[in-house]
Amino acid sequence: MRPNRALEIGTGLFVLLGFAALFFLSTQLPGSGLKLGKPEGFLVTAAFDNVGDLKTGSPVSMAGVNIGRVEAVTVDPVAYKAVVTLRIQPQFSSIPEDSDASIQTAGLLGGKYVGIGPGGSDVYLKEGSTIEFTQSAIVLENLINKFFASFASRGGGNNGSGADEPAPQD
Amino acid sequence: MSLSDGLIVSGLRSIGAVSIFLGRTLAQIPGSLLRPRLIVHQIYNAGARSLIIIMLCGLFVGMVLGLQGFDLLQRFGSEDALGVAAALGLLKELGPVVGALLFAGRAGTALTSEIGLMKATDQLTAMRMMAVDPMRFVVAPRFLGGLIALPLLVAVFNVVGLFGAQLIGVQLMGVDPGAFWSQMQGAVELDDVTEGVVKSIVFGAACSLIAVYQGYHAAPTAEGVGLATTRTVVNSSVLTLLLDYILTARFL
Amino acid sequence: MGAGSRDAEVVVDVHDVDYVVGRRAIFNGLGIQARRGRITAIMGPSGTGKTTLLRLITGQIEPSRGTVQVFGRTLAGLPQRELFGLRRRMGMLFQNGALLTDISVFENVAFPLREHSGLPEPLIRQLVLTKLHAVGLRGAAQLMPAELSGGMARRVALARAIVMDPELLIYDEPFVGLDPISMGVILRLIKQMNESLGITSIVVSHDVEELSRVAHDSYLLSEGKVVASGTPEELRASNLEVVRQFMEGIADGPVPFHYPAPDYFGQLLGDSVAGGSR
Repeated sequence: MRPNRALEIGTGLFVLLGFAALFFLSTQLPGSGLKLGKPEGFLVTAAFDNVGDLKTGSPVSMAGVNIGRVEAVTVDPVAYKAVVTLRIQPQFSSIPEDSDASIQTAGLLGGKYVGIGPGGSDVYLKEGSTIEFTQSAIVLENLINKFFASFASRGGGNNGSGADEPAPQD
Repeated sequence: MSLSDGLIVSGLRSIGAVSIFLGRTLAQIPGSLLRPRLIVHQIYNAGARSLIIIMLCGLFVGMVLGLQGFDLLQRFGSEDALGVAAALGLLKELGPVVGALLFAGRAGTALTSEIGLMKATDQLTAMRMMAVDPMRFVVAPRFLGGLIALPLLVAVFNVVGLFGAQLIGVQLMGVDPGAFWSQMQGAVELDDVTEGVVKSIVFGAACSLIAVYQGYHAAPTAEGVGLATTRTVVNSSVLTLLLDYILTARFL
Repeated sequence: MGAGSRDAEVVVDVHDVDYVVGRRAIFNGLGIQARRGRITAIMGPSGTGKTTLLRLITGQIEPSRGTVQVFGRTLAGLPQRELFGLRRRMGMLFQNGALLTDISVFENVAFPLREHSGLPEPLIRQLVLTKLHAVGLRGAAQLMPAELSGGMARRVALARAIVMDPELLIYDEPFVGLDPISMGVILRLIKQMNESLGITSIVVSHDVEELSRVAHDSYLLSEGKVVASGTPEELRASNLEVVRQFMEGIADGPVPFHYPAPDYFGQLLGDSVAGGSR
C-alpha cells in the first residue's frame, strides 16, 4: 500500500542512525570504550603494597607517553599485596625487564596511573613477565598524618625550656 | 464501593491499574511480534517522526552546555575540561531526561490521542467484535515502538549535543580541540555510557506505558481524549524525573 | 432464500434481564427474541439503553439478573476464546462505521479475513472485491476512510461485517444522519442481506418509518422494558398510549415534554431559581 515503502525506509534510516550514535558514544568517548575484536598488546603483572584508587582502564605511561592500560586489579591474600595486570601495546616490546612501576597521580586531583621507569637490562618485558620493582601510591591521608606526626614531635621538644635544640635538618 | 476514594486509596488504585495494564501489554508482546510490520510502523511513528525535534533540541542543549560549562570552568581555569563536562552531563543526565520529556510531549501525546480517538470512534469495540484483541493489535505494538525508539533518540540527542557543545566551546570560545576530546576520552567511562542507555530504556518503557494506558482508558469523547493527552505529559514527566533520581542513586 | 418463518429457531434470546448501573436500573425484566432468518427491529426513545442492549447481546457486559443466550449458548461467564468464537459468527455495523482510519477501504474489509481465515491472498482479494461489489463500492477500494462520506463509510462497514459470512448481523442506528437516498441504499442492503443470504438481522433504531418497511418483528422499549412487540402493523394498530406516542411522533404524552421542574408561576413570581412560595 502507499505509505509502507517510504515508511519502512524512513524507519530503517532512523534505526541505523540511532545505532550509529550509540556505537559512536560507546566506543569513541570513553577512555576504555567498547573495543571490538581481540585486544592488542601483551600482559605483564606487578605487585604493590597499596594501589590507591587505581582503576581498570587507567593509563600506563613511560616518560609521560601512554603505552598501555591497566587490565585488572586483584589482591593476593597470601602475600598481602595488590596485583595489577597491565596490557602493554605491542609496539613497546623493548622495555627492560628491570624497569620499575610506580603509581602516580595525574595533576592535583587527577586519577591514578602507572608510570614505568626504565631499567638497564637487555632482557625485555614480554607476555607474562613480572615487574619486580614497584612503588606504591602515595595516599594523601598517610602523607598528612606523617607531616603532623613530625610536626608534633618537633613542637613537643620545644615545650618548656625553649628552643635551644636546633631544628632537625631534613 | 466508595464513590470518592481518598488520596492514598486512589493512588494505590492507579498504581495497581497501571501495573495490571503493563502485565497485559507484556503478555501480548509475543503475539504482536508476529506482525512486525505493525511494530515497524510504530517505531517510525514514535521515533523517526520525533527525530527533528530531538536533534534540534539536542543541538540547543549542547550549545547551552558549551556556554555555561565554559563560563563555569573558566572560573577555575579548567576550560580544557569542557569536553568532559559536556559529555558527562549529556550522557548521564541531560540526554535521557530531556530526551524523555521531549518524547512524552511529541510521541507520547500522539500515542495517547491515537488510541483515545480509536476508542471514541468505536474502532476498538469493532476490533473486539471481529474477535481481534486491541491489546495485541493496537497497544502492544505502540508500547514496543516507543520502548525501542527512545534509547535511539537519546543517542542521537547526545551526539548532536556534543557537536553543539563543541561548536560553542571550540569554534566560538577557543577551547583547544585536542584538549576537548582527549580530556573527554580520559574521563568518560563505559559505565557512564551504560548508565545513560539504561536510563533511556527505562524512561522509554515508562513514558510509552503511560501514553498507551491513558489513551486506552480515555473517556470516549473529544474532551476525554484531550484530558488524557494532558495526563500523559504530566505523568510521564513526573515519573521520568522520579525514576531518574532512583537510577542515578543506584548507579553512584 | 427468503425470510424465516414466525416460529423459526431463536438465535438471540434475552430472557428476563435486569441490568443495573449504580442505583439506576437500565433494564427491568427485559425479554427479546430474534429468530433465525428474520429482521428484528428494536425501537425506543433516546436514552432507553438501546446501545446497552447491544453490548449485552455481544457479550461486552453481563446482565445483573437473567440470561442472554446467543446461538444457544449463555454469554455470561464464557471464556474469552469461546466468546471470540461466537463473535466470529456475528457481524456488527456501528453507528459511525468504525472503520480503522489508517488503512484503506480494501484493507478494512480484508481485516477479519486476514486475522482469522488463513486464506491465501488471491482468495482474500476476490472475497473483498465481491463484498464491496455487493454494497456498491468496489470502485472505492483504494480510498482511505477519511475520504468517504458518512453513507459510504457505513456501506464499507457493512461489507466488512459480512465478509466472514456471519449468521447474525447487528445494525446499530444505521439510518442516523443519512440523506434520503443513502437511507434508501442502506434499507435495500439490509433487506438484501436478509433475503438473499438468510442472515438473521437485529436493527436498533428510532426511525419508525424506515424500520417498518423492512422489519418482521418489532420491539418497542421504554423505561427499561418491552412495552410492545409484534409486527410493525400490530404496533401501529396498538392502543397503548406509549406506543402511539412513539409511532406517531407526538410531542407530549407518557414521555413528557417538560423536564421535571417546580411549579411555573411559583418560580416566576418567586425570588429564587429553585422555586418560590407555593
